[in-house]
Amino acid sequence: MQVNDNKDFQPLIVAFCCNWCSYAGADLSGTNRLNYPTNVKIIRVPCSCRVNPMFILRAFQRGADGVILCGCHPGDCHYTSGNYFTRRRMTLLFSMLDFLGIERDRTRVEWVSAAEGAKFAATMNEFTEAVRKLGPNRRLEDLRCRKQ
Amino acid sequence: MLRISADKLDSLFEAIAAKQALYIPADREDGEAEYKKYVSGMKLTSRLNTLRSAKDFFFPQTEDIVEFRMDGKKIEVNDIRKECEDFVIFGVRACDARSFTILDKVYLVDPVDSFYKNRRDHGTVVTMACSRPAETCFCQTFGIDPTAPEGDCACWKAGNYYYFKANTEKGQVFIDSIAGLLEEGDTAELDSTVARTREIMKKLPLANLSTENFGGDKLNEYFNSDKWAELSESCLGCGTCTFVCPTCQCYDIKDFNTGNGIKRYRCWDSCMYSDFTKMAHGNPRLTQLERFRQRFMHKLVYFPANNNGEFGCVGCGRCLSKCPISMNIVKVMKALEDK
Amino acid sequence: MQKAMIERAKQLLADGTVKRVIGWKRGEFAYDITPAVFETADELDRDFVFDDFTAANVSKYLVKESRKEGKVLAFLKPCDTYSLNQLTKEHRVDRDNIYVIGVPGGPKLDIEKIKAKGITGITNVRNENYTIKVETIYGTEELPFYEAIMDKCASCKSKKHVTYDELMGEEGDVLDSNRFDMVEKLENMTSQERYDFWRSELSKCIRCNACRNVCPACTCENCVFDNPKSGIDNKAPADSFEENMFHIIRAFHVAGRCTDCGECSRVCPQHIPLHLLNRKFIKDINSLYGEYQAGADTTSKAPLNEYTTDDCEASIVHERGVE
Repeated sequence: MQVNDNKDFQPLIVAFCCNWCSYAGADLSGTNRLNYPTNVKIIRVPCSCRVNPMFILRAFQRGADGVILCGCHPGDCHYTSGNYFTRRRMTLLFSMLDFLGIERDRTRVEWVSAAEGAKFAATMNEFTEAVRKLGPNRRLEDLRCRKQ
Repeated sequence: MLRISADKLDSLFEAIAAKQALYIPADREDGEAEYKKYVSGMKLTSRLNTLRSAKDFFFPQTEDIVEFRMDGKKIEVNDIRKECEDFVIFGVRACDARSFTILDKVYLVDPVDSFYKNRRDHGTVVTMACSRPAETCFCQTFGIDPTAPEGDCACWKAGNYYYFKANTEKGQVFIDSIAGLLEEGDTAELDSTVARTREIMKKLPLANLSTENFGGDKLNEYFNSDKWAELSESCLGCGTCTFVCPTCQCYDIKDFNTGNGIKRYRCWDSCMYSDFTKMAHGNPRLTQLERFRQRFMHKLVYFPANNNGEFGCVGCGRCLSKCPISMNIVKVMKALEDK
Repeated sequence: MQKAMIERAKQLLADGTVKRVIGWKRGEFAYDITPAVFETADELDRDFVFDDFTAANVSKYLVKESRKEGKVLAFLKPCDTYSLNQLTKEHRVDRDNIYVIGVPGGPKLDIEKIKAKGITGITNVRNENYTIKVETIYGTEELPFYEAIMDKCASCKSKKHVTYDELMGEEGDVLDSNRFDMVEKLENMTSQERYDFWRSELSKCIRCNACRNVCPACTCENCVFDNPKSGIDNKAPADSFEENMFHIIRAFHVAGRCTDCGECSRVCPQHIPLHLLNRKFIKDINSLYGEYQAGADTTSKAPLNEYTTDDCEASIVHERGVE
């Protein structure tokens, strides 16, 4: 694994958060005045299951260096079973990205409930740091989208 | 005639590549051949022709045209074309060489396509005569002589020598630039090789395919032929035939939103695709039958109608080898003729 | 076999059981067969062919053909029957309107492999006791049969017909194939090596869409890659990202539905081993969610339409294999 030496590199992180748990969890971390990096851009989705593999790829295309998907804990889905499908789908997608040689630490699924503001902040801190170490996304970037 | 012995071919390539970019058909790992930029030690392929045609040099699959950058309410328009460097393509077959003159008829007539012209002006085409045609070859159907290829400069391999002859001014400049490596020699061996190839041409399975029943005046005869339904029935609607074809010249212009601006580019289009020539009112060709018919009518009827009888096919045989369901222009011609 | 098939097809046409026959039509040369629909005994006698080159899977054509008036007779090889079953399960074909005759499978020959040996000017190809005699205008060449078989046949998963109304020839078994060997080999490479491997393969893509259009599992009326409103439609691989995206999404969309018929790789004009992407999904599904063979039946739920509460987490990807 290559490690990025550039300490100034600020990765762009896209976080897909389900409306019912993780987005509320992000809110809670805010009201509790917990810090998480401004690198993280949240996209609210009705359910983690709304995220189709294309969303993940498109985020990378438009310049994301890491993509994280947050949803309700298994068993707690607002729609009963959405996140179970998410789990299978993302497992296969991440495995495929790994198979194509895309760094595996650029993608993650994390279950964050509405009560877990602290977990949300900790997850984002940790994930941002992991991606920062990897350096800019080069293997799954669209050169046309690079800001010159 | 000027010639060079085969063991000196490498030094010839080195000499050309020292002055400008040189591309030669070379082997790929999977057994196919493709044009590669010459680097020391690269060998000419033993395959008859490359998988992709040589049109890529003048009409690449995608090409950026213009760029718009947005900064607040300001829009900046940038011309992003680059001046092309001089280059030489070595080893183009007679069929592909003819395809350039067909593309010229589309892109160099008024209004001239400046992107195409830029490449054409900077490229020198060195053709290579064929001596071992394949069963899928039918260039002679379109009056092409594979033993006397067009192009700026023609090259023949006979025995242990490569022979050169300039066809154009550009070709003469090319020969002058390598004159130090060439020597005068007699052409007895070359003549016998050409004669042998001409005999082989007569034995090719498609040697008798003729265009006499096709041309610009056959529109009404073939357009409503009931053969199209059967011919197009198993067409997958993929673009393989159009993308390996040296003469297919249709393109689409698209805008790509980069998130901080727009890149306008053009890319090859295929009449086999459902959104080909789609306009505001919809698509003029709704079924695969109509799209399939468009491709072959264009090559055999519409193109000659607009270009003094010249057909839009050069008989390179790529679509014959590559179509996933083996439906191709030869089968179409034979079926249409069989009334 | 070909003769028996033509005779049987003629009988079924004559007694009105079927109205049309889908099979393979003879071409210009010894090898360039085309899938075709036959409606009369004459057409069958003249053009119907079943030989070492009839590798094309005709089951996708049944989406269209089975919705026409009157029954259609389809000759299906074992691998083709898996595709048909999958289409039946997804209600893409009217199975009641199809009369399936199971015919023996390959191995089928790959003309590209013969040509890659430098053999050209081919006028005839004969199989004599598993030695191929290739007649050319430059003389006759010989090569062992197994050096020229389709890649998809070299790792055949099953000789068993999973659906048929009638069988010609002997029934075979599901095989213990080596089909995941290459996937495994890639999994054991480093991430950089895998990246380099796929870059060199996928950069060959000319976006002809043949892999998508031939796929019996790809039956959307309007593909997302053709739909200008999707924002990702394109006709050319304009950037390396697009090459990756197209092939990831193509394979993902058929994950759990792909029967591994191998048509995608067969038709690729650039010889990209696309089936490896599909097999990677199949291998993952087998190891993570239990053995599953798409098309083996018409009732089971596809793995991505199902779940269990104790499925593994996505982080399993981070924990296994080579970095």
